[in-house]
Amino acid sequence: MAEQDWKTNKRVFAAVSLPTLLWTILFFAIPMAIVWVYSFGQNAGLNEIDISGTLDNYKRATEWLYLGIFGKSFAVAALVTLICLIVGFPVAMAITFASEKWRPWLLLGIMLPFWTNLLVRTYALMIILGQQGYANKGLEALWGGASWIKTLIGLQPLPTWEPAQLLFNNFAVVFGLVYVHLPFMVLPLYAALDRLDRSLVEASLDLGAGHFRTIMRIVVPLAAPGIVAGVMITLIPALGAYLTPDLMGGTDSQMIANVIERQFKKANDWPFGAALSFILIYAMFILIALQSMRRKVPELH
Amino acid sequence: MDLNALLKQNRGRRSLLQALGVAAVGISFGGLAACSKGEGKKLANGEEAKLNFYNWDTYIGETTLDDFKASSGVEVTMDLFDSNDTLFAKFKAGNPGYDVIVPSNDFVERMIRADMLQPLDHAQIPNIKNIEPSFINVDYDPGRKFSMPYTWLVLGIGYRKSKVKTKPDSWKVLFDSPEYAGRIAWLSEAGDMFRLYGKYLGKSVNALTPADIETISAMMIKQKPNVKKFHEDDGQDLLMKGDCDVVLEYNGDIAQVMTEDDDLDFIVPKEGSQFNSDTLCIPKGAPHPKNAHAFINYMLDAEVDKKITETILFPTPNAAAKALMPESYRNNPVIFPPADILAKCEYAKFNEKLQPLYEEAFTKVRAS
Repeated sequence: MAEQDWKTNKRVFAAVSLPTLLWTILFFAIPMAIVWVYSFGQNAGLNEIDISGTLDNYKRATEWLYLGIFGKSFAVAALVTLICLIVGFPVAMAITFASEKWRPWLLLGIMLPFWTNLLVRTYALMIILGQQGYANKGLEALWGGASWIKTLIGLQPLPTWEPAQLLFNNFAVVFGLVYVHLPFMVLPLYAALDRLDRSLVEASLDLGAGHFRTIMRIVVPLAAPGIVAGVMITLIPALGAYLTPDLMGGTDSQMIANVIERQFKKANDWPFGAALSFILIYAMFILIALQSMRRKVPELH
Repeated sequence: MDLNALLKQNRGRRSLLQALGVAAVGISFGGLAACSKGEGKKLANGEEAKLNFYNWDTYIGETTLDDFKASSGVEVTMDLFDSNDTLFAKFKAGNPGYDVIVPSNDFVERMIRADMLQPLDHAQIPNIKNIEPSFINVDYDPGRKFSMPYTWLVLGIGYRKSKVKTKPDSWKVLFDSPEYAGRIAWLSEAGDMFRLYGKYLGKSVNALTPADIETISAMMIKQKPNVKKFHEDDGQDLLMKGDCDVVLEYNGDIAQVMTEDDDLDFIVPKEGSQFNSDTLCIPKGAPHPKNAHAFINYMLDAEVDKKITETILFPTPNAAAKALMPESYRNNPVIFPPADILAKCEYAKFNEKLQPLYEEAFTKVRAS
């Protein structure tokens, strides 16, 4: 019925969708088009860009230096997504199977970090992971305790504690990105698992499959759309991350978004920055296209 | 309905939220009303009593803006930026409504060339007489047509005294030695990094060639494993938190944290370094140019700049204000490094051709 309604009442439909459409054109399509046009230009003077139709920016953007950075960003984003999936799946399962009373609170726990600014969360994490941070203080206390026990039973004490390097390296970047992106993974997984027909799980268990086998053969295939959605929704923002590598990374932690940012600010080379951005956008388009082309999982009836 | 009555009506959580909502709406409308009242008021110079100031963080006296309001009636709105690049990128598409901005010397040059600054009317800034004469005729703005000097600063090494064996008086400790491996932080400004390496190699900061950039990149790649972080001008925080022990920073930034932690110190290496100067400018298209002139003149007043300097602890080019400052400031070797070292320091000129080369080479260093 609902479908019939808007087909017969085209005017109402148009009136309702017009503001959204205008908004999208004005604040998304047009700015993107401007950036796209910039990518075929070159700097002429300090604040003029001459649109000459040149492909030099793309040629430069596909040099090994930048391809290497794209490759590294993709590897980091893929690793982050994988860790989010491994950590997020049991969490989503736990929320699904939790009692009605607890479920909203668990979901709230997942959502809560969203209500705090990313910058604040990142700085908070930096305070914890720093050289004099709480993580290191905790480890030092454990180390001291172990050393004390060793002397107690007559052994040599442990060597003096050297603070662990938890911040300003690639580990910190991956850790920070997992922390930030975990909710993006858990929520679609939860949505998929929540719709899952429980009787299939019960049937599997009744017919003698173990818990692990039931998860791998029944739950995972049925939750596949949620897994794919979660992977996409985690991978794409992780690929474009720039704040976390900037603040928590070390000297070799730059990702492609950091390079793009520098083109617009420090290097003052907007055309080249635009070309890099569009290569990143094309890469994401390809990811989304691959997702929509994937073979449909046969539906169980 | 009165807010209190609303609150008393029902003490449930939801109604409290409603009351808070009402309060928020009330405050925002009240605020708007206050704003519109201010708009109606005109000053004797024909401008509304407002000024939009775009400044660096921790770069003003505690009461400077309130004092200015008390003396002139002009309400100053201050926004903060964290790098000249942000400032330039923001003005590239046109002035977003600021009256006074604080670019550094090389960006003054860049913004003059890009026609982004408005010439200053010296008749409206009589306090220019307070400025030390050596700061009036400068290469980047001869005769101070577009900018008034606010502070000057010099790059050097900030360090934790208890963690170094000897005073790190050469760029070698940062640039070319594994002595402090894993405890070093560099500045993430490509241009500054290449120019200071040039200084270490005995070259002028303004005489680098593309071949030098190649040599320096190779040196940077060799030293990079010893470096912990390329910081965004927050090296003082890395020192304070103990994440790094030798950092490349500006003297004023280290002087600020030295008041909180007396284990910190700063030195300008013997090879010489790079000067910077932050200046007060009026961008083209400023909505309140007369207020802007009055504000700049106020900032150059001896007493006012003294109060600012007491807070920010940067070297001031204002001779009259410096004379009012206590001995502990005037003879502070961090704020005013020894003259023989300063003689080896230079201002960097803006170089349109080299800047992209610096950036690409530094991206390469980061990627290696």
